[in-house]
Amino acid sequence: MSRIGVENRLFAVLRWVVIVGLVLATVVPFYYMVLLSIRSIDEVLQHPGRLWVPLSELTVSAYRAVLSPVDSGGQGMLVLLRNSLVVSLAAVVLTLLVSIPGSYAVSRLRFAGRRQVHFLFLAVYLFPTILLAIPLFVMFTRMGLRGSLAGLVIVYIAQTVPVSVYMLRNYLSTIPESIEEAAAIDGCNRLQTVWRVTLPLAAPAVMTTALYVFMIAWNEFLFALLFLVEDRSSWTVSLGLAQLAGGIEVPKTVLTAGAVVLTLPVVILFFMAERMLTEGLTSGADKG
Amino acid sequence: MRPPPETATPPNKRITLRKRESRAGLVFLSPTLLVVIVVVILPILWTILLAFQDIKLVDIQDAGLFGRYTLGNFASVFSSPGFWSSLVTTLIYTVGSTGLSIGVGTVAALALRRPFRGRSLVRGTMLLPYVAPVVAVTFVWQVMLNPQFGIINQWGTRLLGWDEPIAFLTQRATDVSVLGMEVEIPVALLTVIAFEGWRYFPFAFLFLLARLQAVPGTLEEAALVDGATPTQRFRHVLLPQLGPVLALLVVLRFIMTFNKFDDVFLLTGGSAGTDVVSVRVYEYLTSRFDVGAASAQALVLAVVLVVFVGIYLRFLAPSADKES
Repeated sequence: MSRIGVENRLFAVLRWVVIVGLVLATVVPFYYMVLLSIRSIDEVLQHPGRLWVPLSELTVSAYRAVLSPVDSGGQGMLVLLRNSLVVSLAAVVLTLLVSIPGSYAVSRLRFAGRRQVHFLFLAVYLFPTILLAIPLFVMFTRMGLRGSLAGLVIVYIAQTVPVSVYMLRNYLSTIPESIEEAAAIDGCNRLQTVWRVTLPLAAPAVMTTALYVFMIAWNEFLFALLFLVEDRSSWTVSLGLAQLAGGIEVPKTVLTAGAVVLTLPVVILFFMAERMLTEGLTSGADKG
Repeated sequence: MRPPPETATPPNKRITLRKRESRAGLVFLSPTLLVVIVVVILPILWTILLAFQDIKLVDIQDAGLFGRYTLGNFASVFSSPGFWSSLVTTLIYTVGSTGLSIGVGTVAALALRRPFRGRSLVRGTMLLPYVAPVVAVTFVWQVMLNPQFGIINQWGTRLLGWDEPIAFLTQRATDVSVLGMEVEIPVALLTVIAFEGWRYFPFAFLFLLARLQAVPGTLEEAALVDGATPTQRFRHVLLPQLGPVLALLVVLRFIMTFNKFDDVFLLTGGSAGTDVVSVRVYEYLTSRFDVGAASAQALVLAVVLVVFVGIYLRFLAPSADKES
């Protein structure tokens, strides 16, 4: 058989092997997570290796334990969920408020120092976040912001603004300037142009950025650990799960229920907007 | 003759459009710049200052900007027992993770190029490891790899015939005989690298898939007409097209992995041979409260990173510059 024939057949098969393998590798951990959260702890200890459990043995007691407030003996994750939601939404709003004008400036307007500013935003990423943690920790302690969610939000927007500016700028530069010029001819000043013409056109990129910022804020761990760890009622869900998992008293099934509670909002949001995310994150990559 | 009424009336008609644009640019940029400067640049500069001061956390509350300056921190950092080995560990971890995630991402992008039934769903699931919260996925991996009841070890001992469970995350190294030679394999480090490859391959996958789909079909068709086999098409047609994106991905993932803290900390806490420098900085800060030494280590980390990226950009991938 010719080489090309062999290779074509081989790769046709390999392709499917790879696809199945990748799907398994990505889905199995999550499936396992959900599975553990609905089994009872005794059943898990007896049959740890099971991947399929008869329906009669499933239970949602782990979820009840994880969500009910601490006074009733639960883990109080509802409060933590609320904290995470507040922090993430605030981060999204503030980041957009700060980065939309900035990205507009960087993509459209020619001004002195433009190239340096662009470089600055990228250079910020070269530094390990831990480098920021120390002085921010001190600064916020002095300002009394350390245990507060507001302080955390400020830290988050520091991390998300550069990326948002980059993502928005990529998309904004694909919007033809002629549309804005037409609006100017029709009598809009710059602010009106941005609000009425550019932003609606950039809506997909704005949505994508909002989702990305939400994801970063929701999933973040290091700064939540450094800033919030002293007051349990102010923990985010990420921090809460990490703290509980570090101890020994909480059974694994309850912890996995916590993990599912932590993961579910982000995964749902993400699936709702998967197409937009794929296009938004890579809109600079194709030069074809 | 009266001039036609102005529709948008500027206060001073002599300001040129260019100047107005410049002014607007700076105004628009100022909130962004303000945030970045106050919350990012200033702290970085302060950390650099702290690295040169002999200072503990309790002192910082009162200390101003001008304490005693000394190189003592750097001396103690460079001479401290685990420092150089942790630097090597960090390098191995970064190179391994970058290679693995980009490699798997490339394979995934190649496999999902052509449409098939259910492709958008599969593409969605590919992104799950990247999108899910770090705390949740590290926890699940810890449970799955647990020697007592994790499913990997269960299957290993029952189905694959292992003699005893493997402590993936807590075992520093193990000797394996390969072709008669005893080879020492760093178990925990390899596990952490595998985790990184799993978690970040979607990042590479996304970029590469977008690029692949932008490759003009005519190029590959021409190669096909010339009788090229799939491997030949990959090497001579696709790979050059992917070159710039691959270079960009290498730089991005190298930087992000080098600085990464959450994943290693949550998986192993830095034990069992996975002590990367960022975890060491955290330890210095939280257990010894030695802010000066922690800052010095973080600074060294940043400098090493800049050096590596600089070398890479200069010699190995000049085309990466054009991409940004």
